[in-house]
Amino acid sequence: MSEAPAAPRTVSADIGLLLKPPQPRAGWRLLPARVVAMCAVELQKLSHDRTELYTRAVQPALWLLIFGQTFTRIKAIPTGGIPYIDYLAPGIIAQSAMFIAIFYGIQIIWERDAGILNKLLVTPTPRSALTTGKAFAAGVKSLIQAVVVVIIAALLGVSLTWNPLKLLGVGVIVILGSAFFSCLSMTIAGIVLSRDRLMGIGQAITMPLFFGSNALYPLSVMPGWLQAVSKVNPLSYEVDALRGLLLGTPAHLALDFGVLAVAAALGITAASSLLGRLAR
Amino acid sequence: MTADAVSCTGLDYAFHDTKAVDGLDLTVAEGEVFGLLGPNGAGKTTAIRCITTLLPVPAGMIRVFGRDTAEDAMAVRRLLGYVPQQLSADANLTGRENVTLFARVFDVSRRERAERVAQALAAVDLTDAADRLAGTYSGGMVRRLELAQALVSAPRLLILDEPTIGLDPIARTGVWEHINAVREATGMTVLVTTHYMDEADQYCDRVGLMHRGRVRALGTPEELCRGLAEKRGTDTLPTLEDVFRDVAGSGLEDEGGDFRDVRSTRRTANRVG
Repeated sequence: MSEAPAAPRTVSADIGLLLKPPQPRAGWRLLPARVVAMCAVELQKLSHDRTELYTRAVQPALWLLIFGQTFTRIKAIPTGGIPYIDYLAPGIIAQSAMFIAIFYGIQIIWERDAGILNKLLVTPTPRSALTTGKAFAAGVKSLIQAVVVVIIAALLGVSLTWNPLKLLGVGVIVILGSAFFSCLSMTIAGIVLSRDRLMGIGQAITMPLFFGSNALYPLSVMPGWLQAVSKVNPLSYEVDALRGLLLGTPAHLALDFGVLAVAAALGITAASSLLGRLAR
Repeated sequence: MTADAVSCTGLDYAFHDTKAVDGLDLTVAEGEVFGLLGPNGAGKTTAIRCITTLLPVPAGMIRVFGRDTAEDAMAVRRLLGYVPQQLSADANLTGRENVTLFARVFDVSRRERAERVAQALAAVDLTDAADRLAGTYSGGMVRRLELAQALVSAPRLLILDEPTIGLDPIARTGVWEHINAVREATGMTVLVTTHYMDEADQYCDRVGLMHRGRVRALGTPEELCRGLAEKRGTDTLPTLEDVFRDVAGSGLEDEGGDFRDVRSTRRTANRVG
């Protein structure tokens, strides 16, 4: 027995709004809107699955617990009179934020492979705004990680400031640092174009960036060549600012902020110019 | 006089020494469903990427509703809804969050965002599944979700690149029924690529058969089939696939598609299960 042909499907729901294009944002309001959109996505993803947040907390906890406590007892590293674990904590906050950001390019390559990046590039979003949005989204992700490390450090007895203004400054510095490192990662992604190559390069540069900074020891104990490396390493400026804000040690806050802001801007420019290569 | 939805004039695009699109002339009229057909490597996706502004082309080659893609890319993008070949919904977000992202990047105001997102989801029958993670959706549901993402900005031109690849026949029909229903309700123009000739025959108003970067035959499916019947001098009406074999040849040496094309197609097919 043959069935009667089904009636063509029609849209029964009210779709009045879908007939009217939205009013375009223009000028300066476009960039913050895109940054908010990208940051909202990161927060939504974290709210659905916090596994990464917990697993990423293990390594900084071990650094503070084992390395920090042991070197506090040894007293081998000059820290200007504060316990070594206190000295180390801002370095580990910067490190854990950097570790998240430096592999952000892998997410971009995954988004390229999944078609998400192409779809975003076909929206009225300039490439620089998309990169800035992604950079700040990495910053938000890193900031949440930084909060976890601050809590671990506080539980381990590190004397941190609870001054809200200084904590706000910490947030700004972590976001700027992560914006730079995520853009560095997206720039490399735009050059190498493959996940495997990016993984290899990411792993190759992460440790030199970390050990070639003042995260574990002060500049004064480094050999001359390493001091030179440290001075061009944005992570050193991030750590210096975090130490100054969280512990009250002497820091060059204006210089640190300026270097990180310029580095982030350069990173956004470089990553934006290479984003098109990923779309091809 | 209203401008055509898409107008390509002598469109060329090459990847290094390989010409993917070779002097493509194409016009898509406002309100029609136009199918760009061809095998892997025919140049369909490259042509689509040029039209969507993803690939840079010189001024004067492509106009969308009268706007040059090279000179006014942002204005062109505001007219487009784009569903790429890959399953491009984010599996780690809910259906509603996926659509909301596109509402935000198309500047839908906060005041009407939630309602507009709800309407887009309702238009593709995903209201009940809206707050589930997209990773739990079936292949057909993901395609419908992508349709909702594209619809939320009220595009005048909907571009779908192989929208039914890897789907079972029932899901394929479901996706096409939703595309048609939405077009009926909104009046938008649809440009779709596919290598399923039966779909093109059934759902497209006009088709362009692409081979080696050029459109080799253009018209309604019926016109093309009748044309071939006349050429052969037979009374039996050939299928669109016969027309395609006639213009493109059917030998194995003509198989197209580079490694990346095939990998992308297979990856999409695997993901939809």
